[in-house]
Amino acid sequence: MAEKFVAKSSEFKDGDRRIVFVGDNEIGVFRHGGEFYAYSNFCLHQGGPACEGLTIAGVEERLRPDKTSMGLFFSESEMHFVCPWHGMEYDMKTGECVSNRRMKLKKYKVVQKGDDVYVVA
Amino acid sequence: MDLIADRGRRVTIEELNTTRLLSHARKQAHARNLDDVLIVDVDAHHYEGENFDEFLPYMENDVLRQLTMSTRQKGGARGAIMVQGIGYQDMGGRVTRYPLRSSEKTEAGAMRDIQLGHRWMDAMGVDYSCLFPTGMLSIGLHPQKEMEVELCWAYNRSLTEKVLPEAGGRFFSMLCLPFSDPEAALRHVETFGDRKHVGGFMVTTVRHNLAVYDNAYMKLYRAMEERELVLSFHSGPNWGGEPIYRSCNRFLSAHALGFTWYNVLNCTNWVINGMGERFPKLPVIWIESGLAWVPFLMQRLDHEYMLRPSEAPLLKKKPSDYMRDMYYSSQPMEIQDYDAMECTFRMMNAETQLLYSSDYPHWDFDLPSTIWDLPFLSEKAKHNILGGNAARLFKLPPRNDKQKENLQRFGNLTAAA
Repeated sequence: MAEKFVAKSSEFKDGDRRIVFVGDNEIGVFRHGGEFYAYSNFCLHQGGPACEGLTIAGVEERLRPDKTSMGLFFSESEMHFVCPWHGMEYDMKTGECVSNRRMKLKKYKVVQKGDDVYVVA
Repeated sequence: MDLIADRGRRVTIEELNTTRLLSHARKQAHARNLDDVLIVDVDAHHYEGENFDEFLPYMENDVLRQLTMSTRQKGGARGAIMVQGIGYQDMGGRVTRYPLRSSEKTEAGAMRDIQLGHRWMDAMGVDYSCLFPTGMLSIGLHPQKEMEVELCWAYNRSLTEKVLPEAGGRFFSMLCLPFSDPEAALRHVETFGDRKHVGGFMVTTVRHNLAVYDNAYMKLYRAMEERELVLSFHSGPNWGGEPIYRSCNRFLSAHALGFTWYNVLNCTNWVINGMGERFPKLPVIWIESGLAWVPFLMQRLDHEYMLRPSEAPLLKKKPSDYMRDMYYSSQPMEIQDYDAMECTFRMMNAETQLLYSSDYPHWDFDLPSTIWDLPFLSEKAKHNILGGNAARLFKLPPRNDKQKENLQRFGNLTAAA
């Protein structure tokens, strides 16, 4: 496993993402809520660039105790990233596919050395 | 370019470049040697609404032409030419090629739609594409029959005289029929049916009271059969317009049901009225309803026919046998349960009756790998479905020696080759 330079931390703002190439592999690195997350850039659906699309809060439907719906809301805590080919959504913190949590993108470790951010691949 | 996400937050996404967006599709095609396989996409789209200024001048009637072209004037003209459907195809910008579409750069001097088409075809390894409109798929909902006729006429002239001839031979089409007017539809077949790059004609099925068995259409079908043209039925959603779908509170529901429903309805009427007996040499394709509906309808119609043959006296075999004589486009293929899919493929004789389609650039497009990677298909079935069946149907030649070899190997090399 080698460390691949991603970016300077000071130039990698919260909400940003980078795509790094390691041979034929592609890894998407996100910075969200002060943390770094890195996943395979190949969507588990049809192989699209899973990390290159929109990041958007998960949508949830809230129910009252009597089971009536209050409607749709953006989540306060769960951020998703979306494959731009077909809209497949992944959980930013786990890489799980939102519509089937048993499917997970390969996760990579991110390390910081001083101001430098690396992904281990 | 910034896209709007949650709570007004803006997310910067690179401008659209189809070749870059689909770079993984190219990798897939390369890894599977798909350039050696003739691949025909029988259902791809352009956004003809971006080209109204190109094709509205082809309208024949002076008054209707002036009426539509007036809506194109800048500075306050208020008018809508097409019936607009309610829907969220872009999933709130999650499918980025919708909001970013205008950001894609093309070269001057060549038609934009052709350039964009060639980009995604080259990425996927698609050799030929059957080009369909997008907004015009709702033309059957237009309240003015004469406007439907005029717009189909103008679009078909533009397509056959300007767009298709510039596509380097890689696009063909099944032209839009003004089905509300059977006589006008016949005139379209007589006028455009023999033109280059025309493989047949398409009925847009999002309509009210579409009676495919009506006596008024028999001359039309006969004219197409005589010319060895293909008849296709292209489905679509109609969330706001079809009363039954008003109970659907999510686009997902209306889309899942709508795209299937129209073909279920029209295929039922086609089969039960013995159209397969009346026009046995007319190839028929059912487009963009996925595949899961096919075994459902086969079982349902066979069951009813066994008990009520007096209501379908033209039939000489089971409804499912007539359905197996027809063709189906593959997208959007419900790849959730391989056992169910294998059963579906067997029941529809997919090896000879299924035609690959991408539906690109729409949100639920399928890549050729969706067929190629199916574990239960023989090599022959893969080649047939991806392009061999369509090559026979539309008489399409191979584009390289390897493709020719493969077409010969599986009996799909046509007279056109």
